Order: sequence, then C-alpha cells, then structure tokens
Amino acid sequence: MSDTSLSALAAQLAGKQVSSRELAQTYLDRIAALNPSLNAFITVDADKTLAEAAAADALIAAGKNGPLTGVPIAHKDIFCTDGWLTTCGSKMLHNFVAPYDAHVIQRFKAAGMPSLGKTNMDEFAMGSSNETSYFGAVKNPWDPARVPGGSSGGAAACVAARMAPAATGTDTGGSIRQPAAFTGITGLKPTYGLVSRYGMIAFASSLDQAGPMAPSAEDCALLLNVMTGFDPNDSTSLDREKEDYTRDLDQPLAGLRVGLPKEFFAEGLNHDVATAVDAAIAELKRLGATTVGISLANSKLAIPVYYVLAPAEASSNLSRFDGVRYGYRAPDYASLDDMYCKTRAQGFGAEVKRRILIGAYVLSHGYYDAYYLQAQKIRRLIADDFGAAFEACDVILGPTAPGTAFKLGEKSGDPVEMYLNDLYTIPANLAGLPGMSLPCGFDSQGLPIGLQLVGNYFSEAKMLNVAHQYQRATDWHTRVPTHL
Amino acid sequence: MSLTPDDVKRIARLARIETSDAEAQATQAQLNTIFDLIAAMQAVDTRGIAPMAHAQEVYQRLRDDAVTEPDRHAAFQAVAPAVENGLYLVPKVIE
Repeated sequence: MSDTSLSALAAQLAGKQVSSRELAQTYLDRIAALNPSLNAFITVDADKTLAEAAAADALIAAGKNGPLTGVPIAHKDIFCTDGWLTTCGSKMLHNFVAPYDAHVIQRFKAAGMPSLGKTNMDEFAMGSSNETSYFGAVKNPWDPARVPGGSSGGAAACVAARMAPAATGTDTGGSIRQPAAFTGITGLKPTYGLVSRYGMIAFASSLDQAGPMAPSAEDCALLLNVMTGFDPNDSTSLDREKEDYTRDLDQPLAGLRVGLPKEFFAEGLNHDVATAVDAAIAELKRLGATTVGISLANSKLAIPVYYVLAPAEASSNLSRFDGVRYGYRAPDYASLDDMYCKTRAQGFGAEVKRRILIGAYVLSHGYYDAYYLQAQKIRRLIADDFGAAFEACDVILGPTAPGTAFKLGEKSGDPVEMYLNDLYTIPANLAGLPGMSLPCGFDSQGLPIGLQLVGNYFSEAKMLNVAHQYQRATDWHTRVPTHL
Repeated sequence: MSLTPDDVKRIARLARIETSDAEAQATQAQLNTIFDLIAAMQAVDTRGIAPMAHAQEVYQRLRDDAVTEPDRHAAFQAVAPAVENGLYLVPKVIE
C-alpha cells in the first residue's frame, strides 16, 4: 500500500480495487508482526475484525457505503465495545467484557468501519508515557527504548507504525496531543461536548473528550465527521447542527491571524522543539498568515489547577470500582468493607491510587475551599485569558510538549516531572477548547516534534484547514520509521 | 503543607484503599511533592471570581417519564464476580 490516507483507502474500496477483508487482513498481518515488540494493542481478535470487514464488503456491494465504509480503525481500550475485552489499561478491568458499545464505537460501526482491536493506554488514562498500563509499556516506533507518550500511547504507536490507518483516542490533559507529538502523527481533541462520552470510561468528566488520531489533518477531519453528534445518553453532549469538518480544508490561509503565547516559548522549552516550531511559523507566514504576540498569563497555573480538579473528579468516578458489579474482586476478605479495601488496593496501580488519594484529600472537609474551589476559580481565569486572546487572533500556535519522546523509565519515578510534560496541553482542556497536534520536524536524535494549534470553541474546521494547508506544503506527516 | 503517614492512612481509609505502613510512608513523600506543586495556586487572588465547574453551560435535560431501555440484567450481571438469582453477592453486612 503506497497511499494509506483514509480518502485513498476509501476510494480503493469504493472502486473495488481492494476489499475490506483484504485491507483488514493486511493490517492484521502487520499487527501480528510488530505488536510483540511495540505492545500497542491489548486485544486483537482477527475473527471479529474480519467478520466486521465482511459486513462492510456487503454494504459496499449493495451500494450502501458511506465515505469511510470498509476502512479499518483501532480503538483505545477506554471505549466499551460490545463483546470485546475493555480494560482501560487496568488490572481492575482485566476480565471485563463490555456488554454494550460506547457512543463513539456505535458511530464507527454505523459508518461500516471494522475494528482492528483495542489499543494500550496508561491505566484509566492517568499518565503521559503509557508506562502505567497494567499490560506493560508501549514502545515508541521511532525508538523502542523510548515512550510513545500517553495516555493514548498505544493508539499513537499503532498509527505511527502503520499498524492501523487511524485510531481513536481520548484527551483529559493532553492524552491525544502529546502522544501524537511523540510519534509524529496528527491528533485532535475537539471542543468539550462535541463527542459523546457515553461508554467511555470516565476519568475527569469535566475535561475528558474523545478525538481522532491519524497521519494527517485530512484524515482527522473525515474521522471527526463520524465521531461528533448529539447523544442524549451524555448529559454534556451538545445539541448542535452537524458540521462537515472537511469543508474548509482547501481554503487559503491569507489573512489568518496566528497568536503566539509568550508563555509557550519561555524557559524549559527544548531547543530543537523551539527551532522546529519557529520554522513552522515561517512556513505559515509564507502561506499568507500573520502572527500576533499574545499572553496566556494564568496558563502557568494550569498544572496545579489540573492536579486538583482531575484527581477530585477521578476519586469520585473511580469509586464505582468496588468488586461488586464487574471487574476484579480480591480473592480473600473478611467483610464487605474489607472486600472494597482489598479489591481497590490490589486492582489499582500506584499512579491511580495516588490520584484517588489527592482527590479524596482536596475534597475532604476543611480543605475544599483552599483547593477545589480555588482551582475552579483559577480555571475561570485561564479560560478568560483564552477569550481575550481570541479577540486578537484566529488560532493559537505553540509547541505540543516541552521536549520529544523520553526514555522508558526516565520519568516514571518522579510524578511531578511526568506531570510537567502536559504544561502546554492542559490549558485547552481546562477551558474546554479544541486543540490539535501535528508533526513539524525531528530533533537531533531523529525523534518527531509536535506543533500545537488551539482554536476557539467549535473552530475545528478552521484548525483543520490550517493544519491541512501546512501539510500540503510540508511532508513531516508522511514520514514513517524506516527500520520497521 | 505537609502530609504525615497517618494523614495518608486516613485518606486511604476514606477512599477504601488498604494501605500498609510502608506504603503510606512511600506515598507520603510523593504526595507531598505533588502538593508542593499545587501550592502555587495559593498565591493567586481570586476574590470575586466565579468558580468554573464546566467548560459549557449545560443543564440536565428532562425526558418523558417512559420506559426506554430493555431489560438486560442478565447481560450486565454476566460480568459480575458473584451473582445468584439475579442478585449481586457480597459478604454479609447484617448479623
């Protein structure tokens, strides 16, 4: 396969040059060859995949195919998938076969897109390296001694290694964008409320949002067309008119105002990353954009605020895992209370426990105002900074992460060091704004560098337009690790 | 602010996570570095700022009071650790 863009694959399927079964088998073969070393998938079930592909072929034969019918996709193991093991990267759900489909899964099934399997992730999406997974770390396809980022690390690695043409991810503090940056692919976190969270195992409900991960912005636009839409089963799902996210891809960038937040180019930014981002800015100017300096003064508080709010919401969300209705139950216990305590002690990993404890503490009597309420107030200040910035610009640009992919084990002993990875991605989650990462070069060690775009609410089509025009002028998104 | 191992055990108790003394000791040090990070918030003057709970102003929707879901209790209980006669089994709580 030379061109594996989703539009090219869909055209080959519609033109009967390849069947969905043949295409799925090609990817299953590649997964079988590469997954033992990369560990990007937790569950692969070739029979299920091929049955779904056969159903897609029947749709195509009957002329009932949509834009992506027959194109296979991998799903993050956070999405409940009827009849598939759905672990969320945790021992707590190591035996959980979901009895229903998440809304996102329903939509991809309705679009006729076969599932290639369930991708590895940080446990309950808590991590920036994929090292907290109960099912083992994922290796970065560009350098197997390095992490792929997280929490959607398996999704990013499988797309980067072309084990799948696309994947779903979720992003609470950067979990789509940071792994996309570390693996040289494109990933988009939509405006909060655009994609239903129904059946997506909850981490921090006021921040969690699902989005597409694929080589290019055009691919992401096509996937977003499938994923978005109102769902009465999610009380935060927005009831809006359906958009076509490909509509503005070919618009010229003349007159585009790109905001450069000075706080995203300050100390702590890796030199190679800064150089690559500067080159991307120059390319956008060549395409007709102008730049404007802006300030997101409160964004420096995003990490402290996030590490109050996200654990608080997580401690509440994860209280449902008690060994009664599904998942792991401790083998020995003396009473109901003892069963809860032992089940949770044995079923959760260290990072998840840390966050539950932080959350329980900041919500406890006497500390609520000083921590939780204060964090919610600063969240408002951070969101207001963005509001003011979008008076002066159409899209905000900066690096996705302060550095490139780090070595396995390099930061796993120091939670705070790990948290600082999400310095540039968390502000968009707190404000509920759409953000995306796209490849913009490589560092001196040959590791991919990510460029981040943050747009105003519901400006996904504009962001995808900017990214697509950049990708027409550059070829970073077409690079694949040659040693695989 | 600094948490003691006893604080950690108290919070772990609230969260229903069994924690040994050795674990509480190790966790205490890590939690304190995280709370040092969080402490940067306390310097900010937020008087008069309305707390932001959510990115979008959404309200709970109401629907007609009608049955919309089929009975799938057998499928849902099939994934439970212990079930009998359609009931979840747990250790006895009332003597």
